[in-house]
Amino acid sequence: MSTDTRDQTDTSGAVARLVHPRAIRWLHWINFPLLLVMIWSGMRIYWAEDVYAFGIGSWQWFAFFPDSIYETFELERRLAKGMAFHFAFGWLFVINGAIYSIYLAVTGEWRHIVPDRHAPREAKDVVLHDVHLREDAPPQGKYNAAQRLSYTIALAMALVLVVSGFAIYKPTQLHPLPLLFGGYQGARLVHFTMTIGLVLFFLVHVIQVVRAGWGNFRSMVTGYVIEDET
Amino acid sequence: MTADRAERERQLREQLEQAPTIPVDEFRTRSRRSFITGAIGVAGAIAGFRWLQNASTDDGIPFPLRDTLEFNEELWSTLSAGRSAPEHPVSKATPIQVNGRIGIRDEIDLATWTVRVLGPDGELLDELDISHFESLPQRDMVIEHKCIEGWSSIVHWGGTRFSDFHARYVDRIGDVAYVGLETPDGLYYVGWDMASILHPQTMLVLRQGDEPLDQAHGAPLRLATPNKYGIKCLKRIGVIRYSRERPADYWAERSYDWYAGL
Repeated sequence: MSTDTRDQTDTSGAVARLVHPRAIRWLHWINFPLLLVMIWSGMRIYWAEDVYAFGIGSWQWFAFFPDSIYETFELERRLAKGMAFHFAFGWLFVINGAIYSIYLAVTGEWRHIVPDRHAPREAKDVVLHDVHLREDAPPQGKYNAAQRLSYTIALAMALVLVVSGFAIYKPTQLHPLPLLFGGYQGARLVHFTMTIGLVLFFLVHVIQVVRAGWGNFRSMVTGYVIEDET
Repeated sequence: MTADRAERERQLREQLEQAPTIPVDEFRTRSRRSFITGAIGVAGAIAGFRWLQNASTDDGIPFPLRDTLEFNEELWSTLSAGRSAPEHPVSKATPIQVNGRIGIRDEIDLATWTVRVLGPDGELLDELDISHFESLPQRDMVIEHKCIEGWSSIVHWGGTRFSDFHARYVDRIGDVAYVGLETPDGLYYVGWDMASILHPQTMLVLRQGDEPLDQAHGAPLRLATPNKYGIKCLKRIGVIRYSRERPADYWAERSYDWYAGL
Protein backbone atom coordinates (compact mmCIF):
# COMPACT_ATOMS: atom_id res chain seq x y z
CA MET A 1 0.00 0.00 0.00
CA SER A 2 1.28 3.43 -0.78
CA THR A 3 -0.33 6.36 0.90
CA ASP A 4 -0.18 9.58 -1.00
CA THR A 5 0.67 12.52 1.16
CA ARG A 6 0.55 15.05 -1.67
CA ASP A 7 -2.77 16.70 -2.27
CA GLN A 8 -2.80 15.67 -5.87
CA THR A 9 -5.47 16.76 -8.29
CA ASP A 10 -5.26 13.75 -10.59
CA THR A 11 -7.13 11.23 -8.52
CA SER A 12 -8.16 8.71 -11.16
CA GLY A 13 -8.27 5.27 -9.63
CA ALA A 14 -7.63 6.60 -6.12
CA VAL A 15 -9.79 6.02 -3.09
CA ALA A 16 -9.72 7.38 0.44
CA ARG A 17 -9.48 4.85 3.22
CA LEU A 18 -10.67 5.40 6.76
CA VAL A 19 -7.74 5.20 9.17
CA HIS A 20 -8.95 7.13 12.21
CA PRO A 21 -12.56 6.41 13.26
CA ARG A 22 -14.67 9.42 14.18
CA ALA A 23 -14.66 8.62 17.92
CA ILE A 24 -10.87 8.49 18.08
CA ARG A 25 -10.55 11.80 16.24
CA TRP A 26 -12.94 13.56 18.60
CA LEU A 27 -11.46 12.04 21.74
CA HIS A 28 -7.92 12.82 20.56
CA TRP A 29 -8.67 16.49 19.86
CA ILE A 30 -10.78 16.98 22.98
CA ASN A 31 -7.97 15.52 25.05
CA PHE A 32 -5.48 18.11 23.81
CA PRO A 33 -6.99 21.27 25.38
CA LEU A 34 -8.04 19.31 28.50
CA LEU A 35 -4.49 18.10 29.08
CA LEU A 36 -3.23 21.60 28.40
CA VAL A 37 -5.52 23.09 31.07
CA MET A 38 -4.54 20.30 33.50
CA ILE A 39 -0.82 20.95 33.04
CA TRP A 40 -1.26 24.73 33.28
CA SER A 41 -3.37 24.55 36.44
CA GLY A 42 -1.15 21.78 37.82
CA MET A 43 1.91 24.02 37.47
CA ARG A 44 0.09 26.73 39.42
CA ILE A 45 -0.36 24.16 42.20
CA TYR A 46 3.21 22.92 41.95
CA TRP A 47 4.56 26.49 42.24
CA ALA A 48 3.43 26.64 45.89
CA GLU A 49 5.87 23.84 46.79
CA ASP A 50 8.32 23.60 43.88
CA VAL A 51 10.84 21.20 45.34
CA TYR A 52 11.86 18.98 42.44
CA ALA A 53 15.23 19.33 40.74
CA PHE A 54 17.94 17.37 39.02
CA GLY A 55 21.21 17.44 40.90
CA ILE A 56 23.39 15.78 43.49
CA GLY A 57 23.03 16.66 47.15
CA SER A 58 22.55 20.39 47.49
CA TRP A 59 23.91 21.07 44.01
CA GLN A 60 21.07 21.64 41.57
CA TRP A 61 21.67 21.22 37.88
CA PHE A 62 18.11 22.05 36.85
CA ALA A 63 15.32 23.09 39.21
CA PHE A 64 11.68 22.79 38.19
CA PHE A 65 10.87 25.44 37.19
CA PRO A 66 12.95 28.49 36.31
CA ASP A 67 11.35 31.81 37.28
CA SER A 68 11.09 32.76 33.62
CA ILE A 69 8.63 29.90 33.05
CA TYR A 70 6.55 30.87 36.09
CA GLU A 71 6.45 34.49 34.95
CA THR A 72 5.74 33.79 31.28
CA PHE A 73 2.74 31.55 31.99
CA GLU A 74 1.44 33.50 35.02
CA LEU A 75 1.83 30.59 37.40
CA GLU A 76 2.87 32.45 40.55
CA ARG A 77 0.63 33.00 43.59
CA ARG A 78 -2.34 31.30 41.95
CA LEU A 79 -2.55 28.09 43.98
CA ALA A 80 -6.25 28.46 44.76
CA LYS A 81 -7.21 29.16 41.15
CA GLY A 82 -4.94 26.34 40.02
CA MET A 83 -6.74 23.91 42.33
CA ALA A 84 -10.17 25.12 41.25
CA PHE A 85 -9.37 24.58 37.56
CA HIS A 86 -7.55 21.30 38.23
CA PHE A 87 -10.39 19.71 40.20
CA ALA A 88 -13.00 20.82 37.66
CA PHE A 89 -11.21 19.98 34.39
CA GLY A 90 -9.81 16.82 35.95
CA TRP A 91 -13.25 15.24 35.67
CA LEU A 92 -13.46 16.08 31.95
CA PHE A 93 -9.97 14.69 31.38
CA VAL A 94 -10.84 11.46 33.22
CA ILE A 95 -14.21 11.07 31.46
CA ASN A 96 -12.64 11.64 28.05
CA GLY A 97 -9.90 9.13 28.82
CA ALA A 98 -12.40 6.58 30.14
CA ILE A 99 -14.53 6.82 26.98
CA TYR A 100 -11.38 6.43 24.88
CA SER A 101 -10.29 3.33 26.83
CA ILE A 102 -13.72 1.75 26.55
CA TYR A 103 -13.80 2.53 22.84
CA LEU A 104 -10.42 0.89 22.25
CA ALA A 105 -11.45 -2.18 24.23
CA VAL A 106 -14.88 -2.66 22.66
CA THR A 107 -13.95 -2.05 19.02
CA GLY A 108 -10.66 -3.94 19.12
CA GLU A 109 -8.93 -0.77 17.95
CA TRP A 110 -6.34 -1.39 20.68
CA ARG A 111 -4.79 -4.05 18.42
CA HIS A 112 -3.45 -1.28 16.19
CA ILE A 113 -1.79 0.44 19.14
CA VAL A 114 -0.52 -2.17 21.60
CA PRO A 115 2.93 -3.43 20.53
CA ASP A 116 3.08 -7.02 19.23
CA ARG A 117 6.03 -9.38 19.69
CA HIS A 118 7.93 -7.83 16.74
CA ALA A 119 7.71 -4.34 18.21
CA PRO A 120 10.99 -3.98 20.16
CA ARG A 121 13.21 -4.97 17.20
CA GLU A 122 11.11 -3.12 14.65
CA ALA A 123 10.93 0.02 16.79
CA LYS A 124 14.72 0.16 16.81
CA ASP A 125 14.72 -0.17 12.99
CA VAL A 126 12.12 2.60 12.68
CA VAL A 127 14.30 4.95 14.71
CA LEU A 128 17.39 4.02 12.64
CA HIS A 129 15.38 4.64 9.49
CA ASP A 130 14.14 8.00 10.81
CA VAL A 131 17.67 9.21 11.45
CA HIS A 132 18.78 7.94 8.03
CA LEU A 133 21.00 5.16 9.34
CA ARG A 134 18.89 2.51 7.69
CA GLU A 135 17.60 2.29 4.13
CA ASP A 136 14.25 0.55 4.51
CA ALA A 137 11.59 0.90 7.16
CA PRO A 138 10.18 -2.26 8.73
CA PRO A 139 6.68 -3.33 7.68
CA GLN A 140 3.89 -1.61 9.56
CA GLY A 141 0.15 -1.60 10.02
CA LYS A 142 -1.75 1.55 10.93
CA TYR A 143 1.15 2.57 13.16
CA ASN A 144 4.78 1.56 12.98
CA ALA A 145 6.43 -0.20 15.90
CA ALA A 146 7.96 2.97 17.33
CA GLN A 147 4.55 4.63 17.26
CA ARG A 148 2.92 1.63 18.91
CA LEU A 149 5.49 1.67 21.69
CA SER A 150 5.37 5.41 22.31
CA TYR A 151 1.55 5.66 22.12
CA THR A 152 1.21 2.77 24.53
CA ILE A 153 3.73 4.29 26.92
CA ALA A 154 1.91 7.64 26.70
CA LEU A 155 -1.43 5.96 27.51
CA ALA A 156 0.16 4.07 30.41
CA MET A 157 1.67 7.32 31.73
CA ALA A 158 -1.74 9.00 31.48
CA LEU A 159 -3.26 6.17 33.52
CA VAL A 160 -0.55 6.43 36.21
CA LEU A 161 -0.99 10.20 36.11
CA VAL A 162 -4.70 9.90 36.87
CA VAL A 163 -4.32 7.24 39.58
CA SER A 164 -1.53 9.15 41.36
CA GLY A 165 -3.60 12.31 40.99
CA PHE A 166 -6.50 10.73 42.83
CA ALA A 167 -4.05 9.51 45.52
CA ILE A 168 -2.97 13.12 46.13
CA TYR A 169 -6.50 14.49 45.83
CA LYS A 170 -8.16 12.19 48.39
CA PRO A 171 -5.43 10.32 50.30
CA THR A 172 -7.72 9.50 53.24
CA GLN A 173 -10.87 8.65 51.36
CA LEU A 174 -8.97 6.52 48.83
CA HIS A 175 -6.56 5.00 51.36
CA PRO A 176 -4.53 2.78 50.76
CA LEU A 177 -4.15 4.11 47.19
CA PRO A 178 -1.23 6.45 48.09
CA LEU A 179 0.77 3.43 49.34
CA LEU A 180 0.96 2.29 45.70
CA PHE A 181 3.32 5.21 45.15
CA GLY A 182 5.17 5.00 48.46
CA GLY A 183 2.85 7.42 50.25
CA TYR A 184 1.45 10.90 49.75
CA GLN A 185 4.75 12.56 48.79
CA GLY A 186 5.62 9.60 46.56
CA ALA A 187 2.34 10.04 44.72
CA ARG A 188 3.13 13.73 44.29
CA LEU A 189 6.51 12.91 42.73
CA VAL A 190 5.02 10.24 40.44
CA HIS A 191 2.27 12.65 39.37
CA PHE A 192 4.86 15.28 38.50
CA THR A 193 7.14 12.81 36.69
CA MET A 194 4.30 11.46 34.55
CA THR A 195 3.41 15.02 33.58
CA ILE A 196 6.97 15.72 32.46
CA GLY A 197 6.90 12.39 30.58
CA LEU A 198 3.71 13.35 28.75
CA VAL A 199 5.11 16.76 27.85
CA LEU A 200 8.20 15.08 26.36
CA PHE A 201 5.93 12.69 24.45
CA PHE A 202 3.97 15.68 23.18
CA LEU A 203 7.11 17.42 21.90
CA VAL A 204 8.29 14.33 20.00
CA HIS A 205 4.73 13.76 18.76
CA VAL A 206 4.52 17.26 17.28
CA ILE A 207 7.93 16.93 15.61
CA GLN A 208 6.93 13.60 14.07
CA VAL A 209 3.59 14.97 12.89
CA VAL A 210 5.39 17.82 11.14
CA ARG A 211 7.81 15.33 9.58
CA ALA A 212 5.02 13.03 8.44
CA GLY A 213 3.41 15.81 6.44
CA TRP A 214 0.03 17.23 5.58
CA GLY A 215 -1.72 14.03 4.48
CA ASN A 216 -1.01 12.43 7.84
CA PHE A 217 -2.18 15.46 9.81
CA ARG A 218 -5.30 15.72 7.65
CA SER A 219 -6.16 12.11 8.41
CA MET A 220 -6.50 12.96 12.11
CA VAL A 221 -9.04 15.65 11.16
CA THR A 222 -10.94 13.94 8.36
CA GLY A 223 -10.29 10.32 9.24
CA TYR A 224 -9.14 9.38 5.71
CA VAL A 225 -5.94 8.98 3.72
CA ILE A 226 -5.92 8.93 -0.06
CA GLU A 227 -4.40 5.78 -1.44
CA ASP A 228 -3.85 4.41 -4.94
CA GLU A 229 -6.17 1.62 -5.95
CA THR A 230 -3.86 -1.23 -6.83
CA MET B 1 13.72 -14.05 6.28
CA THR B 2 12.22 -12.34 3.24
CA ALA B 3 9.37 -14.84 3.24
CA ASP B 4 8.70 -13.93 6.85
CA ARG B 5 8.70 -10.30 5.99
CA ALA B 6 6.31 -10.77 3.07
CA GLU B 7 3.96 -12.73 5.29
CA ARG B 8 4.08 -10.06 7.99
CA GLU B 9 3.43 -7.31 5.45
CA ARG B 10 0.44 -9.26 4.14
CA GLN B 11 -1.01 -9.66 7.65
CA LEU B 12 -0.55 -5.99 8.50
CA ARG B 13 -2.10 -4.94 5.17
CA GLU B 14 -5.06 -7.19 5.82
CA GLN B 15 -5.67 -5.44 9.14
CA LEU B 16 -5.83 -2.10 7.36
CA GLU B 17 -7.93 -3.25 4.47
CA GLN B 18 -10.79 -4.12 6.76
CA ALA B 19 -11.37 -0.36 6.99
CA PRO B 20 -13.92 1.11 4.54
CA THR B 21 -12.97 3.28 1.57
CA ILE B 22 -14.81 6.10 -0.15
CA PRO B 23 -14.34 7.67 -3.59
CA VAL B 24 -12.03 10.65 -3.65
CA ASP B 25 -14.86 13.03 -4.62
CA GLU B 26 -16.76 12.08 -1.51
CA PHE B 27 -13.56 12.44 0.47
CA ARG B 28 -13.20 16.06 -0.67
CA THR B 29 -16.69 16.88 0.61
CA ARG B 30 -16.11 15.11 3.89
CA SER B 31 -12.70 16.67 4.29
CA ARG B 32 -14.16 20.17 3.94
CA ARG B 33 -16.89 19.33 6.43
CA SER B 34 -14.35 17.96 8.91
CA PHE B 35 -12.17 21.04 8.74
CA ILE B 36 -15.17 23.35 9.16
CA THR B 37 -16.30 21.30 12.17
CA GLY B 38 -12.75 21.50 13.52
CA ALA B 39 -12.61 25.26 13.12
CA ILE B 40 -15.96 25.65 14.88
CA GLY B 41 -14.69 23.37 17.64
CA VAL B 42 -11.51 25.39 18.14
CA ALA B 43 -13.44 28.67 18.16
CA GLY B 44 -15.98 27.18 20.56
CA ALA B 45 -13.31 25.91 22.94
CA ILE B 46 -11.53 29.26 23.01
CA ALA B 47 -14.80 31.16 23.47
CA GLY B 48 -15.90 28.74 26.20
CA PHE B 49 -12.64 29.07 28.09
CA ARG B 50 -12.74 32.87 27.80
CA TRP B 51 -16.29 32.85 29.11
CA LEU B 52 -15.25 30.70 32.05
CA GLN B 53 -12.32 32.93 32.93
CA ASN B 54 -14.49 36.02 32.78
CA ALA B 55 -17.54 34.54 34.50
CA SER B 56 -18.71 36.35 37.61
CA THR B 57 -16.76 35.25 40.63
CA ASP B 58 -17.93 33.53 43.78
CA ASP B 59 -15.41 34.14 46.60
CA GLY B 60 -12.61 34.86 44.16
CA ILE B 61 -13.06 32.17 41.51
CA PRO B 62 -15.41 31.91 38.49
CA PHE B 63 -18.78 30.65 39.74
CA PRO B 64 -18.79 27.44 37.63
CA LEU B 65 -15.54 26.42 39.34
CA ARG B 66 -16.99 27.23 42.78
CA ASP B 67 -20.04 25.13 41.87
CA THR B 68 -17.76 22.27 40.84
CA LEU B 69 -15.86 22.45 44.15
CA GLU B 70 -19.21 22.17 45.93
CA PHE B 71 -20.23 19.29 43.67
CA ASN B 72 -16.93 17.57 44.55
CA GLU B 73 -17.64 18.13 48.26
CA GLU B 74 -21.08 16.58 47.89
CA LEU B 75 -19.70 13.65 45.92
CA TRP B 76 -16.81 12.77 48.22
CA SER B 77 -18.68 13.26 51.47
CA THR B 78 -21.36 10.88 50.14
CA LEU B 79 -18.95 8.34 48.63
CA SER B 80 -16.80 7.57 51.61
CA ALA B 81 -17.81 9.60 54.63
CA GLY B 82 -16.12 8.70 57.90
CA ARG B 83 -13.03 7.00 56.53
CA SER B 84 -9.86 7.51 58.55
CA ALA B 85 -6.30 8.33 57.59
CA PRO B 86 -3.57 5.87 58.61
CA GLU B 87 -1.80 6.55 61.91
CA HIS B 88 1.92 6.05 62.36
CA PRO B 89 4.30 4.90 65.10
CA VAL B 90 5.60 7.69 67.34
CA SER B 91 9.13 7.06 66.02
CA LYS B 92 8.09 8.41 62.61
CA ALA B 93 7.08 11.81 63.99
CA THR B 94 9.13 14.85 63.01
CA PRO B 95 8.99 18.52 64.00
CA ILE B 96 6.50 20.47 61.88
CA GLN B 97 7.36 23.75 60.20
CA VAL B 98 5.52 26.95 61.09
CA ASN B 99 3.55 28.19 58.12
CA GLY B 100 0.60 30.44 58.99
CA ARG B 101 0.81 33.28 61.49
CA ILE B 102 -2.44 35.05 60.71
CA GLY B 103 -4.29 35.66 63.98
CA ILE B 104 -1.35 34.59 66.15
CA ARG B 105 1.35 37.12 65.29
CA ASP B 106 1.65 38.49 68.82
CA GLU B 107 2.28 36.29 71.84
CA ILE B 108 -0.50 36.07 74.42
CA ASP B 109 -0.55 35.39 78.14
CA LEU B 110 -1.48 31.72 78.22
CA ALA B 111 -2.51 31.93 81.90
CA THR B 112 -5.42 34.27 81.14
CA TRP B 113 -6.49 32.57 77.89
CA THR B 114 -10.05 31.29 77.65
CA VAL B 115 -12.21 29.96 74.84
CA ARG B 116 -15.80 31.13 74.45
CA VAL B 117 -18.32 28.53 73.29
CA LEU B 118 -21.31 30.06 71.52
CA GLY B 119 -24.65 28.47 70.58
CA PRO B 120 -26.38 28.86 67.21
CA ASP B 121 -28.24 31.98 68.34
CA GLY B 122 -25.06 33.63 69.56
CA GLU B 123 -25.73 32.77 73.22
CA LEU B 124 -22.68 32.16 75.40
CA LEU B 125 -22.71 28.49 76.42
CA ASP B 126 -19.38 28.45 78.25
CA GLU B 127 -16.18 30.29 78.81
CA LEU B 128 -13.51 27.68 79.46
CA ASP B 129 -9.88 27.69 80.49
CA ILE B 130 -7.31 25.06 79.56
CA SER B 131 -8.05 22.88 82.62
CA HIS B 132 -11.39 21.92 81.07
CA PHE B 133 -9.65 20.46 78.01
CA GLU B 134 -7.07 18.71 80.21
CA SER B 135 -9.90 17.03 82.09
CA LEU B 136 -11.45 15.54 78.93
CA PRO B 137 -10.32 12.06 77.74
CA GLN B 138 -6.81 12.40 76.32
CA ARG B 139 -5.43 10.64 73.27
CA ASP B 140 -2.35 10.75 71.08
CA MET B 141 -2.40 10.75 67.30
CA VAL B 142 0.59 10.44 64.93
CA ILE B 143 -0.64 11.49 61.52
CA GLU B 144 0.53 13.04 58.27
CA HIS B 145 -0.38 16.71 58.38
CA LYS B 146 -0.87 17.98 54.82
CA CYS B 147 -0.45 21.58 53.81
CA ILE B 148 -2.47 22.83 50.86
CA GLU B 149 0.82 24.10 49.40
CA GLY B 150 1.98 20.53 48.90
CA TRP B 151 4.32 19.70 51.78
CA SER B 152 3.37 17.26 54.49
CA SER B 153 4.93 16.01 57.69
CA ILE B 154 4.21 13.32 60.22
CA VAL B 155 3.28 14.94 63.51
CA HIS B 156 2.61 13.59 66.98
CA TRP B 157 -0.34 15.45 68.47
CA GLY B 158 -1.82 15.02 71.93
CA GLY B 159 -5.14 16.30 73.21
CA THR B 160 -8.80 15.45 73.11
CA ARG B 161 -11.21 14.52 70.36
CA PHE B 162 -13.51 17.35 69.34
CA SER B 163 -16.37 14.85 69.68
CA ASP B 164 -15.52 14.36 73.37
CA PHE B 165 -15.62 18.13 73.89
CA HIS B 166 -18.87 18.32 71.92
CA ALA B 167 -20.68 15.68 74.02
CA ARG B 168 -21.48 18.27 76.70
CA TYR B 169 -23.47 20.43 74.24
CA VAL B 170 -25.37 17.82 72.23
CA ASP B 171 -28.64 18.33 74.12
CA ARG B 172 -28.31 22.11 74.39
CA ILE B 173 -27.74 23.20 70.80
CA GLY B 174 -30.39 21.24 68.89
CA ASP B 175 -29.98 20.44 65.22
CA VAL B 176 -26.84 22.25 64.12
CA ALA B 177 -24.95 21.49 60.91
CA TYR B 178 -21.74 23.51 61.31
CA VAL B 179 -19.06 24.72 63.67
CA GLY B 180 -17.03 27.88 63.19
CA LEU B 181 -13.77 28.56 65.02
CA GLU B 182 -11.85 31.82 65.39
CA THR B 183 -8.61 33.10 66.82
CA PRO B 184 -9.08 35.41 69.87
CA ASP B 185 -8.50 38.50 67.69
CA GLY B 186 -10.94 37.23 65.03
CA LEU B 187 -8.40 37.66 62.23
CA TYR B 188 -8.34 33.96 61.28
CA TYR B 189 -11.48 31.87 61.14
CA VAL B 190 -12.49 28.50 59.73
CA GLY B 191 -15.76 26.69 59.09
CA TRP B 192 -16.36 22.98 59.54
CA ASP B 193 -19.31 20.73 58.73
CA MET B 194 -20.51 18.66 61.68
CA ALA B 195 -19.60 15.26 60.19
CA SER B 196 -15.98 16.32 59.62
CA ILE B 197 -15.46 17.93 63.01
CA LEU B 198 -16.96 14.96 64.87
CA HIS B 199 -14.65 12.58 63.01
CA PRO B 200 -12.57 10.65 65.59
CA GLN B 201 -9.35 12.04 64.09
CA THR B 202 -10.41 15.67 64.47
CA MET B 203 -8.67 16.76 67.66
CA LEU B 204 -8.40 19.72 69.97
CA VAL B 205 -4.66 19.60 70.47
CA LEU B 206 -2.79 20.66 73.63
CA ARG B 207 0.54 18.94 73.05
CA GLN B 208 3.02 18.26 70.30
CA GLY B 209 4.82 15.07 71.24
CA ASP B 210 5.05 15.17 75.03
CA GLU B 211 5.54 18.93 75.21
CA PRO B 212 2.85 21.58 75.52
CA LEU B 213 2.24 23.37 72.22
CA ASP B 214 4.38 26.43 71.62
CA GLN B 215 2.72 29.65 70.56
CA ALA B 216 3.82 29.42 66.92
CA HIS B 217 2.02 26.08 66.66
CA GLY B 218 -1.14 27.38 68.28
CA ALA B 219 -0.78 27.24 72.08
CA PRO B 220 -2.67 26.67 74.22
CA LEU B 221 -5.29 24.93 72.06
CA ARG B 222 -5.47 24.25 68.33
CA LEU B 223 -7.32 22.03 65.90
CA ALA B 224 -5.66 19.12 64.04
CA THR B 225 -6.71 16.44 61.56
CA PRO B 226 -5.12 14.32 58.83
CA ASN B 227 -8.35 14.55 56.83
CA LYS B 228 -8.34 18.20 55.77
CA TYR B 229 -5.61 20.56 54.66
CA GLY B 230 -3.73 22.50 57.34
CA ILE B 231 -5.62 25.70 56.49
CA LYS B 232 -8.58 24.22 58.40
CA CYS B 233 -6.52 23.43 61.51
CA LEU B 234 -6.97 26.72 63.36
CA LYS B 235 -4.28 27.67 65.86
CA ARG B 236 -4.95 29.44 69.18
CA ILE B 237 -8.69 28.84 69.34
CA GLY B 238 -10.53 31.78 70.91
CA VAL B 239 -14.12 31.08 69.87
CA ILE B 240 -16.03 27.89 69.08
CA ARG B 241 -19.39 28.74 67.59
CA TYR B 242 -22.14 26.28 66.67
CA SER B 243 -23.95 27.44 63.58
CA ARG B 244 -26.95 26.50 61.44
CA GLU B 245 -25.42 28.20 58.39
CA ARG B 246 -22.09 27.55 56.76
CA PRO B 247 -19.60 29.67 58.76
CA ALA B 248 -17.25 32.11 57.09
CA ASP B 249 -13.85 30.68 56.28
CA TYR B 250 -10.74 32.81 55.85
CA TRP B 251 -9.23 30.93 52.92
CA ALA B 252 -12.53 30.00 51.28
CA GLU B 253 -13.16 33.75 50.99
CA ARG B 254 -9.81 33.91 49.20
CA SER B 255 -10.56 31.50 46.32
CA TYR B 256 -9.91 28.19 48.14
CA ASP B 257 -12.26 25.25 48.55
CA TRP B 258 -14.44 25.61 51.66
CA TYR B 259 -14.49 21.88 52.38
CA ALA B 260 -10.76 21.24 51.78
CA GLY B 261 -11.25 17.55 52.57
CA LEU B 262 -8.66 14.90 51.86
